[in-house]
Amino acid sequence: MRIDRYTSTAMALHWLVAAMLLISVTVGLYMTGLRFSPEKLKLYNWHKWAGVTIFILVLIRCGWRVFHPAPPLPATTPAWQRRVAAATHLLFYLLMIAIPLTGWLMSSAKGFQTVYFGVIPLPDLLEKSEALGKLLERTHRLLNYTMIALAVAHVAGALKHHFIDKDDILRRMLPARRA
Amino acid sequence: MKSLLATAALLPGILLATASTTARAIEYSAVQAEKSSITFVSRQMGVAVNGRFPKFNAQVSIDPTKPEIGKVNISIDLASIDAGSKDANDEVTGKQWFNVPMFPMATFTSTGMKSLGAGKYEVAGLLTIKGKSQSIAAPFTYKAEGSNGVFEGGMTLKRIDFAIGDGPWTDVSMVANDVQVNFRIMATASPAPAKSK
Repeated sequence: MRIDRYTSTAMALHWLVAAMLLISVTVGLYMTGLRFSPEKLKLYNWHKWAGVTIFILVLIRCGWRVFHPAPPLPATTPAWQRRVAAATHLLFYLLMIAIPLTGWLMSSAKGFQTVYFGVIPLPDLLEKSEALGKLLERTHRLLNYTMIALAVAHVAGALKHHFIDKDDILRRMLPARRA
Repeated sequence: MKSLLATAALLPGILLATASTTARAIEYSAVQAEKSSITFVSRQMGVAVNGRFPKFNAQVSIDPTKPEIGKVNISIDLASIDAGSKDANDEVTGKQWFNVPMFPMATFTSTGMKSLGAGKYEVAGLLTIKGKSQSIAAPFTYKAEGSNGVFEGGMTLKRIDFAIGDGPWTDVSMVANDVQVNFRIMATASPAPAKSK
């Protein structure tokens, strides 16, 4: 039976961003606890570069999604599930935009400019301010925990459809198996 | 006899000349902390990070007509360093960086001064940090504002020359060797000339 899949570009972007988010969030959780060291500086900068890259990839994804709508869900999908799925995806996009932005603003407020790959300086939109830095740090963390929770739900949903419902929801985001 | 007379005749002139030049060298020693700053820019993986030394003392004597007799003494209280973040502040007073318990002060003592023209000067001297002394030269501008003198300038230091950032921090690809130091010192002349109003 033919499955309506996402475009290969959409799949590539989805899995690339998923992998980068997984690494970036893990590094983010780990690095904050380190004592000041060259390793800490390195991880912070890599984390920031990854954040900028994810942000750019997410913008490309948004653009792609506008012109390439998601393949239809199976006709049997109940309305509430459609709504939950749509809301989850929308929230994901919002978080994937907001998280790098808050990270960038937090860096500026803490007095550390973001210099992409150590070469391209991003403008500092905020003046250095300890209070603002703390607020943005908390916001960045809260948004990340929200995204982690959302990702758990997203993965659990996909696996449930695949292994329990045995439908094609997950396969829509997987390349077709060669015959 | 003739030469002795000539010398005697010249003597008052020589004394006068000496007196007038020493009288023109103004001694500035009361630093106005809130209008003065010693700041620095370090580069961490290409990211410029601003820092400063809020506590320092400076004595500058300068005579624009005879800059070579000028003198500069600066001492910086390193415990007061703000390296740009709490993390960094906790680290930089430690052994691998400034080792402040052992070397609480950084000092600069001038060995010479010259004019670069148009209100610009250059001071050369010995900078001592963490027990290590290096000859440095820094261009600066001087403006007299009433009884205050304003000195502004800067120079680039090589942190490794002073072993600032030892151990794993010697890696200059993480924290660049070049550190830009800028100063703006406003100090009141001492003894302050009598105010005219």
